[in-house]
Amino acid sequence: MAENLKIDFTHNQAAHCENGVVSNLMRHNGFEISEPMVFGIGSGLLFSYLPFLKVNYAPVFTYRSMPGFIFNKFAKRTGIKMKREKFTNPELAKKRLDQNLANNNPVGLQVGVYNLIYFPDEYRFHFNAHNMVVYGKEGDRYLISDPVMEDVTSLSSKELEKVRFAKGAFAPKGHMYYPTAFPEKLELKTAIVKGIKQTSRDMTAPVPIVGVKAMKWVAKNIRKWPNKLGTKKANHYLGQIVRMQEEIGTGGGGFRYIYGAFLQEASEVLENDKLMELSKEMTSIGDAWRDFAVDASRIYKNRNAESNGYEDVATQLEALAAREESFFKALKKSV
Amino acid sequence: MKKEEVPQDKSNLASANIREMMYAVDENGKYTTSLSTGWDPKTIALDNAIKEIEERIALAKERVANNQTSPIEYYMELHKMDLTVLASYVGLWKWRVKRHFKPSVFKKLSDKTLQKYADVFDISINQLKTFNGGES
Repeated sequence: MAENLKIDFTHNQAAHCENGVVSNLMRHNGFEISEPMVFGIGSGLLFSYLPFLKVNYAPVFTYRSMPGFIFNKFAKRTGIKMKREKFTNPELAKKRLDQNLANNNPVGLQVGVYNLIYFPDEYRFHFNAHNMVVYGKEGDRYLISDPVMEDVTSLSSKELEKVRFAKGAFAPKGHMYYPTAFPEKLELKTAIVKGIKQTSRDMTAPVPIVGVKAMKWVAKNIRKWPNKLGTKKANHYLGQIVRMQEEIGTGGGGFRYIYGAFLQEASEVLENDKLMELSKEMTSIGDAWRDFAVDASRIYKNRNAESNGYEDVATQLEALAAREESFFKALKKSV
Repeated sequence: MKKEEVPQDKSNLASANIREMMYAVDENGKYTTSLSTGWDPKTIALDNAIKEIEERIALAKERVANNQTSPIEYYMELHKMDLTVLASYVGLWKWRVKRHFKPSVFKKLSDKTLQKYADVFDISINQLKTFNGGES
């Protein structure tokens, strides 16, 4: 392939990486799809608690679905065909990437954050569910559109190989993905309804590790943490909850607000006023999540917190669970 | 959250010239986006996590100096890894990596095994072998 190759690709910043990659790839292919639309149709909103899986010496809490899930669901529901490839051999992974670029096809990549040199050091943890688009190559440098960044950037082939083959939980294994075929017209209406139905179902599922049940479980555990784990570890765990809520690029109750924006857009597409009302309620729930984060941070700010602080945030989390439970029940009935 | 409430607190994001995009509602209640320089509750959580790691690194260093663990554990902490992540990078079972933390076992490791660790930590075998808990 030619040494210099730059695909005409428009970079739009996003609040969350996977939505941003999908939205940007869709726009590149001539479909004006916003980030919240991708997130809503792909059923990106979730709450999950995985106490048996430790990352950075604390259990995993997540406010969104598994990496790759959003694009899969989005593609299936809108009738798009997509291709995914994983590799064991970095050489082959690079070759396939180069072939796609030579074919004028920008691709999405799943990468690890630890060796992502353009991130601030403090944000570089062994977190493997980040996403970016590669849209060209200049000499040895790959041109990168990272949706959480304001502008495009670049990585050397060695740097890119490192992040594509990061190890640990959710190791990307060179994971590359891109749409291959589109329907003449996207079936947005049915896709939106399907997306909403699934999110409502998952959030109210009778399973302890997902949805409002998981939130209640976390609340119950928070009450036990100070005695069971000691203040230091309890604070570390509480900090992890907030850090996951505020994962880079999703600031402030982040995912709830993206979902609120989705419901607003969906209300217009479906001409459904009820969704507009629910969007307002989701915004207010997002605000309550922010309050929760503020109060939690007060506890771990001074490292010798009293335990009634934990009681308070646990109660707040339970209130959030109750609100989201009635919210998603109402949402399910509204479409 | 209203657009004017989008937090503009000081954070480490500034060091890399990053501002985060956030969704918020404008004066008509319509969703829009806005850029944020950071938010204190998140910055504090992150700072605490970094402090914790620094403590772990300092402790590992001390333990190397006291011959209680091998340099592998120190470099693991330095790279913000845990046993699972390191084992996955070097392609060994966790129990084997843990065994390599023992100074007596570490001393007998083959260059081939040491090279695996050195590659992951981006240092030379010699650096790995000679680290004694002093300044690296």
